[in-house]
Amino acid sequence: MWPSAFEYQRPVSLAEALQVLSDHEDAKVLAGGHSLLPAMKLRLAEHEMLVDIGRLSELKEIITIRNGGVKIGALATHAEIAASVDVQRACPALASAAGMVGDQQVRNWGTLGGNLAHSDPASDPTTVVLACGGTIQIQSASGSRSVSADDFFIDLFTVDINPGELITSVELPDLSRHKSAYVKMAHPASRYAVVGVGVVLEMSGNTCTSARVAVGGATVKPTRAPGAESALAGSTLDEAALNAAADAVKSDIADMLIGDMNYPEDYRQEMAGVYLKRAVRAALS
Amino acid sequence: MKVKMKVNGTMYERDVEPRMLLVHFLRDELGLTGTKIGCDTSQCGACTIHMNGRALKSCTCLAVQADGADITTIEGMAQNGDLHPMQESFWENHGLQCGYCTPGMIMTTTAFLKDHPNPTEAEIRHSLEGNMCRCTGYHNIVKAVKAVAAANAGGD
Repeated sequence: MWPSAFEYQRPVSLAEALQVLSDHEDAKVLAGGHSLLPAMKLRLAEHEMLVDIGRLSELKEIITIRNGGVKIGALATHAEIAASVDVQRACPALASAAGMVGDQQVRNWGTLGGNLAHSDPASDPTTVVLACGGTIQIQSASGSRSVSADDFFIDLFTVDINPGELITSVELPDLSRHKSAYVKMAHPASRYAVVGVGVVLEMSGNTCTSARVAVGGATVKPTRAPGAESALAGSTLDEAALNAAADAVKSDIADMLIGDMNYPEDYRQEMAGVYLKRAVRAALS
Repeated sequence: MKVKMKVNGTMYERDVEPRMLLVHFLRDELGLTGTKIGCDTSQCGACTIHMNGRALKSCTCLAVQADGADITTIEGMAQNGDLHPMQESFWENHGLQCGYCTPGMIMTTTAFLKDHPNPTEAEIRHSLEGNMCRCTGYHNIVKAVKAVAAANAGGD
C-alpha cells in the first residue's frame, strides 16, 4: 500500500524546520513515522507536505536536569527511553511503559514526541506522561512555550499544538523517591492498551500522602482520576482504600469512555478499577 | 527525489517518488525480493531489515527516510557462500515450514541477540512479538535462537 503523493522536505536544523513549518501551515511533521505512515497507507490521513525532522540531532538527547528530573528530546525513541538510566532513575514508570510499546522494531524507530503529538487513545507513554506530571516543550518560528500534560491532551487524537509548532522535548519531574507504576491490559493481538493505568504515589512510611492517577486505553484521551487520587491519599493503601479508589476511578472516567465490539465501554470501565488496583500494588512491590 | 544508500555493502542511487516505501525500493528497484511483504500494516514483521544496525519494518519507512543509510537485508546475511549462523540454526532446528516469515525472523532475532547475547527463553519469546509465523507455533524458532546464543557463549 502506497500513501498518496506528498511533497517531502528534510530540514537540516531545528531553526530551518520551524521556518518550513511556519511557511507551510498545512505541513505534517514526520519523525519516526510509525503512527503517521500506517495511517497514510490506509488513507486515514493524507497530507500535502511531510517535513522530515528525523535527523535533527538536537532533539534526540535524554539528560538529567537541575531539579533531578529528566528532559527527553522529542526524537528519543521508545527503545532509547526504555534503556535510559536517566529515565529509569527519575521516572521508572515511563521507562517501563516505553518498553511496552508495540514490538522491538517499532520501539527502535517510534519517538516520544511523535507518540504525544499523535495521541492515540491506546498509547502507553501518553498515559504515563500525564500520571507523572510531565511538561511538553513546544517551539515555533516565533517563540516557545511549555504546556503541562494536564492541559496538553484535548480529545481523541487531539492535542494542544498549533500549525507551525513542534514538540521539542518533554520534561518529567524527579520521581525517584516516589512509588510509581504503569500496568495495562494489552490487546492480545496488537498489544495496544485496552486499559492502561499509571500511578505515582508519594509515601510517608506506610501512608500515601498524595497520589496521581491517569487512565488511558479506556478513554478518548489520557485522563486524570481525581476521585481515585483522593481515595488513595491519606490512606495506608489497604484493601478498603484500593476498593474505594477502584470505585472512584469508574466515576472519574464515566464521561470519557470509548469501546468497540470486543471491549465495550462498560467492560473497559470495570477493568479500569481492576487495573488501578494492580498498578498500586505494582508501584509498592 | 534522488536517494543513495548502501545495501548489503553496495552503494545504490535511484530517483524515487517520496511516497515510495523502503520495502518497495528494496524489492522493486533493487530486485532484493528476500524481504517479504506480509500484512503491510506494521504488524507481521515479514519485511524486517536492519537500518544502521537496528531492526526496522521496511513497510513503515519511506525510501527517502533511508537516504544515506546502511541497510542489511536477508540477502546480505550469508558471507562468502556460508549461511549466517542464525540461518544455519533455523535449518538445523526446522525453524520454518512455508518460509515466508523466515527472512524477517532472521533479521529480528540477529538484531535481538546483538543486544541480548545470553537471553532467557522468555526474553526470546518476547523478542518475537513483532514477527508472526502461522506455521511453526514458534517452538522451533525459539530453539533455533537459543542454539545460536548457546554457540556464541561457547557452549553448544
